[in-house]
Amino acid sequence: MELVGYGRVSSKRLDATFTALADPTRRAILARLIAGEASVVELAEPFAMSQPAISKHLKVLERAGLISRGRDAQRRPCRIEAKPLAEVTGWLERYRQLWEGNFARLDSLLDELGTQPKKAQRQKRRSR
Amino acid sequence: MNQAESKSKLEVSTPSDREIVMARVFDKPRKLVFEAFTKPELLQRWLLGPDGWAMPICEVDLRAGGAFRYVWRNDADGREFGLIGTYREVVPPERIVHVERFDDPAMPGDAQVTTSFVERGATTTVTMTVLYESAEVRDMALESGMDRGVSASFDRLAGILG
Repeated sequence: MELVGYGRVSSKRLDATFTALADPTRRAILARLIAGEASVVELAEPFAMSQPAISKHLKVLERAGLISRGRDAQRRPCRIEAKPLAEVTGWLERYRQLWEGNFARLDSLLDELGTQPKKAQRQKRRSR
Repeated sequence: MNQAESKSKLEVSTPSDREIVMARVFDKPRKLVFEAFTKPELLQRWLLGPDGWAMPICEVDLRAGGAFRYVWRNDADGREFGLIGTYREVVPPERIVHVERFDDPAMPGDAQVTTSFVERGATTTVTMTVLYESAEVRDMALESGMDRGVSASFDRLAGILG
């Protein structure tokens, strides 16, 4: 990953997001929240997990800024926050763009190098 | 897709759970492409990342056990960062295996990079396989890296997360 360093300003934030997203349960929770906000009880339903276990995952997601919790003390509905996810996909898109940029420059360089030997040969022949 | 488009397209795929593979076709002989990947004076002309960065230091000791060091510098504010590595395998003009890490303790650990150069007719396919220390970062990098959009719509996120 040579080019990560260009974007290292926000790498700590990305670390938190990547860590939060690394777990399949947390990814499933986020996938569920894309459909709309939900309470801990509703989120726990599809998983063979206790509510405290789900709550632990929600805390990780909340710390990473991937979800927010409502103020309703009873229900505290969770909703997805798009920005950190957009940051991750944006970072990856930059990574891809970096390589496309590198390879476009390499194309030009190779064109230049590819024509040089022929010229050199022609000159050689002429000087003979 | 016409030929020009397929030539310039950067392809990304996943052969195993800690690897990302980038493949790109160049319409030049393998020997030339290999030189561009290994000669400092050539690397300094293309391995630059975004506009506004130069690579003032490029040291390459191209042999198994040999080291390399790249340092990039921002033209505008002079910021620098470096990448250091060791070659594990060097088979000109076919294959290079190296291990790399950023010259900064705050950055994540080692990645092993295998670069292969395969000649087909007048073209050379370069395939870079990056093997990460951690599967988590790779998973996310790959799942989302497939995605071409800059901003993430909820529809696409559903695909990434599911």
